[in-house]
Amino acid sequence: MSNQAIGNSKPARHVPRTRPIDRNEVYVYEAPIRLWHWINALAILTLAVTGYLIASPLPSLGGEASDHYLMGYIRFAHFAAAYIMIIGFVFRIYWAIVGNIHARQIFLPPIHKAKWWAGIIYSVRWYLFLVKEPRKYVGHNPLATFGMHFGFIWLTVFLIVTGLALYGEGAGYDSWQYTFFSSWVIPLFGQSQDVHTYHHLAMWGMVIFVIVHVYAAVREEIMSRQSMMSSMFSGWRNFKDDLPMDKDH
Amino acid sequence: MMESFYDVMRRQGISRRSFLKFCSLTAASLGLGPSFAPTIANAMENKPRLPVLWLHGLECTCCSESFIRSAHPLVKDVVLSMLSLDYDDTIMASAGHQAEAIVTEIVEKYKGNYILAVEGNPPLNEDGMFCIIGGKPFVEQLRYAASNAKAIISWGSCASWGCVQAARPNPTRATPVHQVITDKPIIKVPGCPPIAEVMTAVVSYILTFERFPELDRQGRPKMFYSQRIHDKCYRRPHFDAGQFVETWDDEGARKGYCLYKMGCKGPTTYNACSTVRWNGGLSFPIQSGHGCIGCSEDGFWDKGGFYDRLTNIHQFGIEENADKIGMAAAGVVGAAAVAHAAVSAIKRARDNGDKQS
Repeated sequence: MSNQAIGNSKPARHVPRTRPIDRNEVYVYEAPIRLWHWINALAILTLAVTGYLIASPLPSLGGEASDHYLMGYIRFAHFAAAYIMIIGFVFRIYWAIVGNIHARQIFLPPIHKAKWWAGIIYSVRWYLFLVKEPRKYVGHNPLATFGMHFGFIWLTVFLIVTGLALYGEGAGYDSWQYTFFSSWVIPLFGQSQDVHTYHHLAMWGMVIFVIVHVYAAVREEIMSRQSMMSSMFSGWRNFKDDLPMDKDH
Repeated sequence: MMESFYDVMRRQGISRRSFLKFCSLTAASLGLGPSFAPTIANAMENKPRLPVLWLHGLECTCCSESFIRSAHPLVKDVVLSMLSLDYDDTIMASAGHQAEAIVTEIVEKYKGNYILAVEGNPPLNEDGMFCIIGGKPFVEQLRYAASNAKAIISWGSCASWGCVQAARPNPTRATPVHQVITDKPIIKVPGCPPIAEVMTAVVSYILTFERFPELDRQGRPKMFYSQRIHDKCYRRPHFDAGQFVETWDDEGARKGYCLYKMGCKGPTTYNACSTVRWNGGLSFPIQSGHGCIGCSEDGFWDKGGFYDRLTNIHQFGIEENADKIGMAAAGVVGAAAVAHAAVSAIKRARDNGDKQS
């Protein structure tokens, strides 16, 4: 079976010439997606650690205030990583539009298709050890798409919007962060305190996402019918059998 | 002709020199340029006195107590003479039916041309029977007095947000003024109580210019509520340095370090305490070594302990903060992932065994 028939991979542009075309693999994750993935992962790690330390600071330092700038540096790291995440997210949306078909999968789950929902149920059954064989997908399985869309994309949007609203408080009335975010987000929650609390809670939501994401990726790498983790480095998805592809979406 | 503010002041024995000083002070506290002092003076000399009706609902009178302690005695004198104190439960001379008749008189005589200042809020449960003024529910008096008012000032957190009487479970259904009176312009001056100088400045501005100062989206005057306590706190350098009070009376507390870890709500509270301060600019809570409790914020009674950094999330039924909930959830998910991995490994080993045999 030829590569073109297996997946929806884009034509030649992204396929290095040295690769044999009839190998059992598909080019799924384009270079910008992979770069974004790892930069974003680092940004999230930084944000979670520094965010936790902003809410529960390290033990107090002694001496004169002019000798230290610890909270200042922690907050700087948080804000810098936040901007990297925000700019990366905007870029990721752009790439969902201009990139290959897999680039927009997590943005547009086919919630109107019964087959996709059936695919989610099948995936759940696979994770509950109720079916022997997982299905074979070029992109994400339907459950993964569901999790990525609702557990990652919208959580990221929530974190970015509340985060910019909190940043706008310090930046002040005439800042764009205040104008576009703080001005409506804070009245929406009632006051600043609740925005802080839910921003913090959403961080834990992201931690949970990361646990599930990493675990699922490792497990899929080992137990599914296609490569997972290596694909996020190379971009290529290898298949362990040459049976036909399942297309739930 | 109705007498002007200036006439009233002179009658009360205030000299012209003191009057001009007050105008300059008011201009400065309102953040206006020096050229506005004569504008204020001119307005006060020529405009007829705008009556102010001061009603008290479900409240503790701390707003009035704060107001009459306005730092500059002059400010107090002047503003008190500006107000039509014919009706103010706490400080009016008359009582009984005589007093109540004054409300009717002002509402009818100055139709659409008086300011209604409300301290406290109306409870709505049981048709408002939890707060009775002159034999009638306060909510009725409020609605009546508001009907012809030019504008309304919501004094303090009670009138602005609900405050302690509206804290969970709010048995009397105490309701902030803006949710009861929806057809009048309302300015909120939250705080429990608001700072005296903030109150007098707001009244001065409204009476002088006959309009509200610039308000934020929640109806508070921007000049006093546009920044957090934290933004202008004199202990802020200790926060940035990472120097905190860890327990009361520790070395950090003695050195005046940041009270962030002691639950100071300065970072989430919009008010002017750290700039205007209290009691004539003498001090404010953080300066005296105690964290801000966030008294000018909506629902501050329901956000958990005043000494906790992370506050409660009530939606989870029991009182838990974001860290407890988050860590518990992450722990459960982590444990589930480990268990799932173990089952997966055993199953895979068994399946492989089956294949080989």
